[in-house]
Amino acid sequence: MNIDDDDFTLFALPERFAVDLAQLDRRWRELQTEVHPDRFAAQGAAAQRIAMQWSVRVNQAYQRLKDPLKRAAYLCERRGAPVNAERNTAMPREFLMQQMAWREALDEAQDAAAMQALDARVAAQEQALLGRLQASFDEHNDVAAAAEQLRALMFVARFRQDVEQRLDALES
Amino acid sequence: MALLQISEPGQAPDPHQRRIAVGIDLGTTHSLVAAVRHGVAECLPDAQGRVLLPSVVRYLDGQKRQVGYEARAHQAEDAADTVASAKRLMGRRLADLKDAAQLPYRFVDQPGMVAVDTRQGLKTAVEVSAEILATLRQRAEDTFDDDIFGAVVTVPAYFDDAQRQATKDAAQLAGLNVLRLINEPTAAAVAYGLDHGSEGLYAVYDLGGGTFDVSLLRLAKGVFEVVATGGDAALGGDDFDHRLAAWALQQSGRSAVSAMDKGALQMAARRARETLTDHATTMLHCPLDDGDLRIELTREQLETLTQPLVERTLAALRKVVRDARVQRGEVLGVVMVGGATRMPAVRRAVAEFFGADGPSRVLTDLNPDEVVALGAAIQAHALAGNAQDDQLLLLDVIPLSLGIETMGGLVERIVERNTTIPVAKAQEFTTYQDGQTAMAIHVVQGERELVADCRSLARFELRGIPPMAAGVARIRVSFQIDADGLLSVSALETVSGVMASVVVKPSYGLADDQVAQMLRDGFAHASEDMQLRALREARVDADRLLLATQSALRSDGELLSAAQRQDIESLMATLREVVAGDNHDAINAAVEALAQGTEEFAAARMNRGIRQALAGRSIQDV
Repeated sequence: MNIDDDDFTLFALPERFAVDLAQLDRRWRELQTEVHPDRFAAQGAAAQRIAMQWSVRVNQAYQRLKDPLKRAAYLCERRGAPVNAERNTAMPREFLMQQMAWREALDEAQDAAAMQALDARVAAQEQALLGRLQASFDEHNDVAAAAEQLRALMFVARFRQDVEQRLDALES
Repeated sequence: MALLQISEPGQAPDPHQRRIAVGIDLGTTHSLVAAVRHGVAECLPDAQGRVLLPSVVRYLDGQKRQVGYEARAHQAEDAADTVASAKRLMGRRLADLKDAAQLPYRFVDQPGMVAVDTRQGLKTAVEVSAEILATLRQRAEDTFDDDIFGAVVTVPAYFDDAQRQATKDAAQLAGLNVLRLINEPTAAAVAYGLDHGSEGLYAVYDLGGGTFDVSLLRLAKGVFEVVATGGDAALGGDDFDHRLAAWALQQSGRSAVSAMDKGALQMAARRARETLTDHATTMLHCPLDDGDLRIELTREQLETLTQPLVERTLAALRKVVRDARVQRGEVLGVVMVGGATRMPAVRRAVAEFFGADGPSRVLTDLNPDEVVALGAAIQAHALAGNAQDDQLLLLDVIPLSLGIETMGGLVERIVERNTTIPVAKAQEFTTYQDGQTAMAIHVVQGERELVADCRSLARFELRGIPPMAAGVARIRVSFQIDADGLLSVSALETVSGVMASVVVKPSYGLADDQVAQMLRDGFAHASEDMQLRALREARVDADRLLLATQSALRSDGELLSAAQRQDIESLMATLREVVAGDNHDAINAAVEALAQGTEEFAAARMNRGIRQALAGRSIQDV
């Protein structure tokens, strides 16, 4: 076990998209119980420094494995097909059309109920996309397809963030 | 393990005895100090048996000061020189204070943090808080008749970096060794959770004198994981009193103009509000310059007047539940913290919020004034290495997003709020002009898109970038947040290797040497001989490190080659030698040498610890 080991090795998980989240959480608590700086509070500055590095590394891996989009990007990178989301924004036409329809619906939504209804529709779409993404990684081993599905999911996530911000604005 | 430790000749038979660690709740209206004694956390009373210390400091003529009840007794008559609720001024500028006009102080705006002009000159909240902390430290030292090894000081979860740093500075100024800053709701959960052996998702609703915090925590086998946190750093019981005071004036058609009147009215309002917790009606009575003010007040009136404030806390609750991506019904219980949660309207509103579709319970069986200090004491006890079982671990989060300013005054977030700490994150930026050789980096905290709407934490420059075409330079900005939630930032141009970094300190700039200067000036412990104190502290550090190293050698010595072991043992021998002398600089140098000399060993031990944890788990799984 090394600080430079990949996230999956660190968390003793098979390297694939589908992750047992309960196991991931348990493992995270276990690892932090070992490495957190508070564990070494009585052991001087050197131990604190190393504990901090480990603790940061464990949190980094945990956050990457826990979030499906970050996990997918990490897998794409490890399998030689980095997503390059900033540079590669080409998306299928029908997906872009759907995005525009959602944007219009959001602009027209007057109250929280309408926004939540829209968000629920988008969330369902997101779930379907996640299912396809998992199949691309774990069943078909098709990284190119996975990368494209991931880019679509990033659009969806950004849209859902916007919905959330609008909801926040309504409340404050 | 402790049973196997055999003390060295010349060492105290039980070094744990000396490691007294306290938890301090530095509150807006009251502060407390607690410690674990005989295995139980308890708040330490003063000589009169009172555990609460009013967070009030009165500056008198000469260098005299009154702290606590004594100061509060004179608050009304000497309002301008009696600083109360200093916590609300922590790390704040004058412009940040919405209610400055209602406060009886002569404010002086300063870069970084507002000050109050008193008889003894300008005082910032850091100095006022240091007085309170020093008083509590003294109380603890009197209780144990010994020095305090260290303290865990609590801060509202919603405090930003400037407010946290200011709190830590105040503690250092008071001569405390800060083991950790922890969030108040987390401390409350520790006190509650350990008492009740709870597991699952819990909320902490903390309405203090001047701040409101709400946190969601997941408790599992001694691990307290903060899932999400939020609140309002400028909302508390004081605001309820303000509303009441303003209403009373309006009703009577009078105005309180003098500082004394303002102070007196505020206190009368608080008394009335507290009385209405157990009574349906009360008389708000306050002597003013132009005669007594008397107004009859019912609980219903109070609740109507303050309903918007309760609603603001519920809005924060909604937001945190959404941030955590959980359902209200999953929350098993709500821990109520802060004296203001005694108000029936608050308890009712919280119960309704969670109660409609879940098994939630509103937990009020621990004293809401004490629960934070008790939790801090438990954590301090563990951090000092005194805890018998090792099962307590706090995994806290950063309450507000951190980022830097980019083109057009926009914020690029680098660390999102509710990220578990410690954490390090990096992001790449580039230059926007041909031949640009410097880059200004402006670090901000907050959730808004515009820099102007966020809190500015620090500015620094990366200079000496070799001239390149726009967009070619690769500037990697790294944020590191330690376990106290404090930030340091560095920037590295990866093509040329030019680097700059800054430890984020609030720009009111109590730099370390200034703190040291103030300590030398005898602040807070004028009578104490600093040399002796430094020596004593150096010796405690040395003993600690020697013990830890010894115990590490015993348990994991086989990880070392003979030569490595010899190196460490000779460093230990050197340290033992200087500890016997009275040169604290020499002791500190030898401590540092041993610490560095054992760094590799520490890394090897940690790697092994993790491997063992892994092995243990796979056996369970099979």
